[in-house]
Amino acid sequence: MLLDIRDLTGAPGGPFSFTLAAGDCLVISGPSGIGKSLLLRMIADLDDNTGTILLNGAARDTMPAPHWRRQVMYVAAESGWWADKVREHMQPAAEAAALAPRLGLRAELLDAPVAQLSTGERQRMALLRAIIRKPAVLLLDEPTSALDQASTLAVETLLTELAAAGTGLVVVSHNEQQAERIATRRVQMTHGTLTDLERHA
Amino acid sequence: MNPIDLTPFDLAISSGLVLLSAALSLVLSLRIHRSLIWAAVRMVVQLMLVGYVLRFVFVTMNPWLTVLVAAVMAGAASYEVGARQQQRLGLISHYATGGGATVFATLVITILALVTTLQPTPWYNPREALPLTGIILGNVMNSVSLALNSFFNSVKRERNAIEARLALGEPRYMALHGLAAQAIRTGLIPTINVMTAAGLITMPGIMTGQLLAGMDPLSAAKYQILLMFLIVGGNCLGAFAAVYLVIFKLTDHRDRLRLDRLHAQRA
Repeated sequence: MLLDIRDLTGAPGGPFSFTLAAGDCLVISGPSGIGKSLLLRMIADLDDNTGTILLNGAARDTMPAPHWRRQVMYVAAESGWWADKVREHMQPAAEAAALAPRLGLRAELLDAPVAQLSTGERQRMALLRAIIRKPAVLLLDEPTSALDQASTLAVETLLTELAAAGTGLVVVSHNEQQAERIATRRVQMTHGTLTDLERHA
Repeated sequence: MNPIDLTPFDLAISSGLVLLSAALSLVLSLRIHRSLIWAAVRMVVQLMLVGYVLRFVFVTMNPWLTVLVAAVMAGAASYEVGARQQQRLGLISHYATGGGATVFATLVITILALVTTLQPTPWYNPREALPLTGIILGNVMNSVSLALNSFFNSVKRERNAIEARLALGEPRYMALHGLAAQAIRTGLIPTINVMTAAGLITMPGIMTGQLLAGMDPLSAAKYQILLMFLIVGGNCLGAFAAVYLVIFKLTDHRDRLRLDRLHAQRA
C-alpha cells in the first residue's frame, strides 16, 4: 500500500483511517470549515497530531519530518512565496520550464516577479513547484479554486497522468463535476469523520 | 588630568533648558511637558543614586557586590527587551529568550574584554567591570530588541511563505533562514551607522565624556575604538542568539511552525 493512515487524530477530529494505493485519487468534499485542510495538513505532519501513517510500509515517525514532507507533499489553497522571482521557487528549474505549458503557463512567467502573477497563475505555479519535486503522494487543497474552466481541465489532465504514473492523490474539492472527473474514490467529511460516497471501478 | 567636578549650580543652570522646553510645550499645547519633567526627574534621581552606589562599590572592591550590581542591570535589561515587543511568547519564555540572549552576549564580551585587553587588577575591579557591563548591556539590549521585533513581525506576516517552504520539505532553520538573516541585519544597522558616523558626524558618548573629563584625545579615541569593537561583537552575538532561540521556540521537533505560541500583546 502506498499510503496507510491509521487512527490519525488531531484538530479536525478523528480518528481517521484510510488507505491510498499508487494511482489512487481520493477526493474529499464537505462543508467549509469542517477541517478538510487541517486533515491534509495533519497527513503532511504540519500540525500537531497522533496516529500512524505508513508510506510504502515505512512509518512516518521513523523519518525526519522534512524527509516525510518531500514524499507526502501538501499544496495549500493559498500559496506562499519567499523570493522575488518565480524561478527561485522552482527546483529543478528545467523541469518547471518543461512542464509549465501543460498547465497553460507561458515559460516566460518563470522569470517574472511573483507579485506580477495573477491569482490563478500563482495557484498553478504553486502546484507546479510541488509536482517537479516528484513526491510519492500529493495532498492538494482546492487546487483549481481560482482557475477558469480551460485551466481547470488542464490541471485535471496533468493530475490524471501523474496518477497513471503511480503518484497518489488526495484532493479537497468543492467542485462536484471535478470530483466526478478525477476521483477513483470519493469521501464526504462531516464532524470529524469520513464517509464513503461511492466507489468507482 | 584633572576630572571636572560640576557644582549643583552648574546643573541648575542646564536644568533650565528642560524647564524652558516644558514651558514651550505648555504654550504650544504639545502635551509632553508632564512626561518631559517626569523623565528628567527620573534621570536625575537614577543617575545620582547610581553615582552613590558605584562610589560605595568602588571603595569596597567586593566581587560579590560587583556581581550583584551587574545582575540588577541585567535584570532591568531583560525586562526592557521583553517589554518592547508587540508580539509575545508565553510569559516566562518571552523574557527568558530576549533577556537570556542579551545577558549571554554581554557576559561573553565583558569577560573576554576584562581578561584579555583591559586587564584591570583584580580582573573584576568594579571601576572597569561595571561601566563596561553597562555600555555593552545597553547596546546589546537595543540590538536584541530590534532583531526580535523584526523577526516576530515578519514571521507573522510571512506565515504562508514559511508554511510553503516547510510543506515542500525544507527543515525549519532553512525555511526561516531568510527572515532570521533579515532580523539580525535589522538589529545591527544602528551599530553600523554609529561606527560609520563616529567622529565625523557624532562624537561617541564615552569619548565625549573622557575628553570633557580631561583625557588625551588619542587615548580617548583608542579606548572608544576598543569599545566599538566590543559592542559590535556583543550586538552580533546577542541578535544571533535571540533570533535562533526564537526559531527554536516557534517551531517543534517535527519542523512545524508553531505560531500558536506567539500572541499579540494585550492592550
